[in-house]
Amino acid sequence: MSTAVAEVVEKKSEPLFSKKNRKLVSNPLDIDNPITVQVLGICSALAVTTQMKPALVMAIALTVVTASSNVIISIMRNTIPSRIRIIVQLAVVSLWVILVDQLLKAYVYDVWKQLSVFVGLIITNCIVMGRLEAFAMGNKPFPSLLDGLGNGFGYGIILLIVAFFRELFGGGAIFGFKVFEAIGFHYKGNGLMLLPAGACIIVGVIIWVQRTLNGYRETH
Amino acid sequence: MENLISIGVRSIFIDNMIFAYFLGMCSYLAISKKVKTAFGLGVAVIFVLGVTIPINWLIQNYVLKEGAMAWLGADFSSVDLNFLQFIVFISVIAAVVQLTEMAIEKFSPALYGTLGIFLPLIAVNCSILGGALFMVGRPYNLAEATVYGFGSGIGWMLAIVALAGVREKMKYSNVPAPLRGLGITFILVGLMSLGFLSFMGFAL
Repeated sequence: MSTAVAEVVEKKSEPLFSKKNRKLVSNPLDIDNPITVQVLGICSALAVTTQMKPALVMAIALTVVTASSNVIISIMRNTIPSRIRIIVQLAVVSLWVILVDQLLKAYVYDVWKQLSVFVGLIITNCIVMGRLEAFAMGNKPFPSLLDGLGNGFGYGIILLIVAFFRELFGGGAIFGFKVFEAIGFHYKGNGLMLLPAGACIIVGVIIWVQRTLNGYRETH
Repeated sequence: MENLISIGVRSIFIDNMIFAYFLGMCSYLAISKKVKTAFGLGVAVIFVLGVTIPINWLIQNYVLKEGAMAWLGADFSSVDLNFLQFIVFISVIAAVVQLTEMAIEKFSPALYGTLGIFLPLIAVNCSILGGALFMVGRPYNLAEATVYGFGSGIGWMLAIVALAGVREKMKYSNVPAPLRGLGITFILVGLMSLGFLSFMGFAL
């Protein structure tokens, strides 16, 4: 009797990596990208991308925070009163951000110094709050984990692309390695790339290219 | 006094929240389609920044900083609560936003009608928390911190109203289809940021 019940339950629950669950991770990489389509988390994407290394550390930090707070909020979702949900979410997120902040300070101090206030600003990063509101409040922990990871990766990809162009043309290097000098070519850095303005224009062009490729259009 | 004016001008034009630090970009891009709503959000940001930065300054200097609790007695003089900074600041901001919302709703329903929908958004506007964190890194006193808060808010409002003005006119221009909307807005922000660079080097 008991085995029969177990079988029925097993049939109803979907496999761990079903098509739907895989979509949760792959969609944010392109057609549902947090930066270029959902317009979330722009502040840090523009500010930490003058070099590849801080961009990579920032992407990892954000992925960890998004995925883990998604799981926690998803576990608590039925007990949070809707009137005070924002402050509950902020408290959970800041807990994770404090942990990440202290870890970065302990193990990669130079990058932590470079990121300055932007590690703290993960708390108010719209991607984290947006995913908590839009996904974790209405879904089970495992899909929420995947959703958090997917959005973290989608954010990371854009960050690395922007940082790649800014560091390559702004400083003539990739991950601190002087590319142009290595191939015996004298390159004088383009200062515009390192300015805030350069970052905005690069993101604009990335959006342009992406939408030309995937056919997404905005009326106005 | 001169010092205060200098901090005010710096925070409005040179260290502009949007064009120099990209703080508060999410709502900046999302709510800059019309000048009127952009203005409403701008006023709300000025108010919240102007109130939360002095409060956070007091908390930082009398509770969180290393040795800040010496006023409680010698036992507390070596306590360092800096690691609690994020959670305390964000709670203060969320609480002030909630209180402001309730106060405005009670005393000025007309203003609530215009600002009401924006206020909850402001709690998660990066420029508010960012302002508090920048304030900690700079050696301001209470008056300077207050001026810095209001100045940053005014700078943010200038930026969003300017962008909204440009975007209202953009409707009549023929932008390539994939670039429409977000793409062209980013490039616009980049160009405006270049314009604001001309304030660099101004000193009072």
